[in-house]
Amino acid sequence: MKNPLDSLWGTVICGFLLTVVLYYLARMMMGG
Amino acid sequence: MTWDFIQYGLGRWLHILSGVMWIGMLYYFNFVQVDALKKAAADTPPTGAGITKHVAPRALLFFRWAAVATVLFGALILGDKLDDALLFKENAYKPIGIGAWLGLIMLFNVWVLIWPNQKKILGIVPATDEEKNKARRVAFLASRTNVMLSIPMLFFMVASKGVFRGAGLL
Repeated sequence: MKNPLDSLWGTVICGFLLTVVLYYLARMMMGG
Repeated sequence: MTWDFIQYGLGRWLHILSGVMWIGMLYYFNFVQVDALKKAAADTPPTGAGITKHVAPRALLFFRWAAVATVLFGALILGDKLDDALLFKENAYKPIGIGAWLGLIMLFNVWVLIWPNQKKILGIVPATDEEKNKARRVAFLASRTNVMLSIPMLFFMVASKGVFRGAGLL
């Protein structure tokens, strides 16, 4: 499988996905 | 001039100012220079020498020191709440703590992975062609990792407070 970071837009999409994951992680940590 | 003004007034202003410089340079490298150099290398004769000789070293200078300044001014703003943020002790500081950790990982990437390898690529330190190729790949992936991390980092720095407050968590 190709590394998504080799593509600029793959990198940006990974960034947005990571934001969503970390948002829900933060909510969980805050008891939400 | 009160300490509060230095910490929250000047500190926040300088944190954002240096952060714009840092992430601005990061985006310049990834959104502009990488692709431009690839195209310049395909020209006959190659036309990228001026970028690697005059532009990249100067951009890297402001890039790596702006990274240090951003983190130091960020620590100044947090002050005695730095441990609450980094150790996720209080709900109010958990979002900024996540942002701070992302920033620290990015600072590590700048100084430990990107800059030492860029020195080899740009010929600032001697390296064989094989070492340069390896350095190019490591620096590239570290730089792309920082672009990826900058997206949630900025969310947790500037956008998250209202979102979490809206969800009744703050």
